Amino acid sequence: MSIAPARDPVVPAEAAQPPLLVVDDIVMRFETPEGSVTAVEHVSFDVKQGEFLAVIGPSGCGKSTLFNIIGGLLDGYQGRVAVGGKRIIGPHRSIGMVFQEESTFPWRTVIDNVAFPLEVAGMTKAERIERARHFVRLVGLDGFERRYPAELSGGMRQRVSMARTLASEPKIMLMDEPFGALDEQTRLLLGDKVIQIQQELNQTTLLITHNITEAVQLADRVLVMTYRPGRVKRFVAIDLPRPRNSEIVGSDTFGHYVAQIWSDLREEASRGMIADESRSRGRGRAE
Amino acid sequence: MSGLSKSLTRSALRPVLIGVGSLILFFIFLEFAVRFGLINQFAVAPPSDIVKAFPRLFAEEHVGDRFLDTAFEAVIASVFVALFGISAGVLLYKVRILRLATETWVAAFAAAPTVLLYPLFLVIFGRNATTIIMMGFVAGLAPVTLKTLEGLSTTRRVLVNVGRSFNLTEWQLFWKILFPSALPTIFVGVRLGLVFALINIVGVEFLINFGGLGALINELSERFDLAGTYAAICFVILVSVMVFMTTERAERWLTSAG
Ligand SMILES: Nc1ncnc2c1ncn2[C@@H]1O[C@H](COP(=O)(O)OP(=O)(O)OP(=O)(O)O)[C@@H](O)[C@H]1O
Ligand SMILES: [Mg+2]
Repeated sequence: MSIAPARDPVVPAEAAQPPLLVVDDIVMRFETPEGSVTAVEHVSFDVKQGEFLAVIGPSGCGKSTLFNIIGGLLDGYQGRVAVGGKRIIGPHRSIGMVFQEESTFPWRTVIDNVAFPLEVAGMTKAERIERARHFVRLVGLDGFERRYPAELSGGMRQRVSMARTLASEPKIMLMDEPFGALDEQTRLLLGDKVIQIQQELNQTTLLITHNITEAVQLADRVLVMTYRPGRVKRFVAIDLPRPRNSEIVGSDTFGHYVAQIWSDLREEASRGMIADESRSRGRGRAE
Repeated sequence: MSGLSKSLTRSALRPVLIGVGSLILFFIFLEFAVRFGLINQFAVAPPSDIVKAFPRLFAEEHVGDRFLDTAFEAVIASVFVALFGISAGVLLYKVRILRLATETWVAAFAAAPTVLLYPLFLVIFGRNATTIIMMGFVAGLAPVTLKTLEGLSTTRRVLVNVGRSFNLTEWQLFWKILFPSALPTIFVGVRLGLVFALINIVGVEFLINFGGLGALINELSERFDLAGTYAAICFVILVSVMVFMTTERAERWLTSAG
């Protein structure tokens, strides 16, 4: 069992390098009519430059909440998020987000979607189209520049969202189950694409997922979260050679990591199901 | 035979043919009903007379000029409807308290027969084109405001979040995300507003006997020119259909071109 403490370096030579992203003791509560719900409880971790961290946990454990806090879209939390040693509050240009839901702009073509952050930043048309073209090619959508999202498949649309976020050249990519709605094969192939891009740009990446295969396939390190309230259950360092591709999914070591994470997750998921069941029973009695 | 029916099924013409065909059948039925006294011929003119009255409309009644009068009023009213309706919708969206306070009223106003307000407008503006334009404006305003509000507030949350994650200013968030996302819905409102305005404009022209097509219908009916009256009514219907189809086209073009 390889339980990696938060500061365990992936590449020993980089050990001295300070972490790029620090998430420090985040607590988030939501006030609901039924009382206060703790979505995230005392979550802390560091991410180094170029590292790929997957955050995995059962549904409803607070993954999206964490994602929105780091991205600066939620406030009212306790704790601290810092990039490059400086605390950040609110959306920050060094963090790019890819959302769980479909988020392309239906009124813009693929190229104009991808050029969006550049347009907002005030880049001239010729320049931004040129830049956008590069990122469209990077996600493998060349030839589709003039199409509208409605003319694309779900997987292609998620790649457009990814290219759009990449175009803003964030230091850190946050991805919240970007392939959650896709079938397993597409998910694996897009996973290859993500690895390839991440390696090419040496992009620091946080991938939120509830898919174990995806987490092990892509990440240097996996953070396993507990069921509500979401806490850090364990860090698992994935010591699989790079470059990786989806073929690795069949290997023994891969299976070993999956089994290890699954045993952690099963505990949490069943805890979640029992909690949900007893809650709905309680509600049934009350009514 | 089966080959012919198959090619008809495939062609887009079929529904059009059925529509026009039933219209013609209806007119033939009407023709006979009036000729044989089933329907009082002093209430309804036989369709053949109505058709014969059409050239008269152009030659003697200058229906072209009348049309231009109405069109002029309609265009001015529509520009105002779009301008003020969309602005009001944006205002209601931005100022929450205003929205909560007035949304129900605006909805009620959209359903109200505003044409009944014409005596009031007559007093304020006099018997002239301004009254007619204002009546059209008032009728078209509410649907545009409501649809604008609806379009803005149903913008998908995640799209707004994308904008926020890219650090957009409030201004950019509105013009780059909220407004384009709401545009198809806003356009539905503008179309509705335009049709409402047109109905009211012709109606008020008729009531105050001033200006374009509505006034023409009024004059013809007061002269007991039954065929002419119905011909003019048909002309108005044709114009409305054309306006409706044009805006539909424009909408489709706008939404497909982004
Ligand atoms: N705005 C909110 N108001 C109240 N409760 C909320 C809010 N957002 C999230 N929650 C609650 O916080 C908990 C965590 O939600 P979150 O969306 O972060 O889960 P998740 O891990 O992303 O789940 P999934 O895998 O299903 O996407 C849930 O119990 C949810 O009900
Ligand atoms: Mg989620």
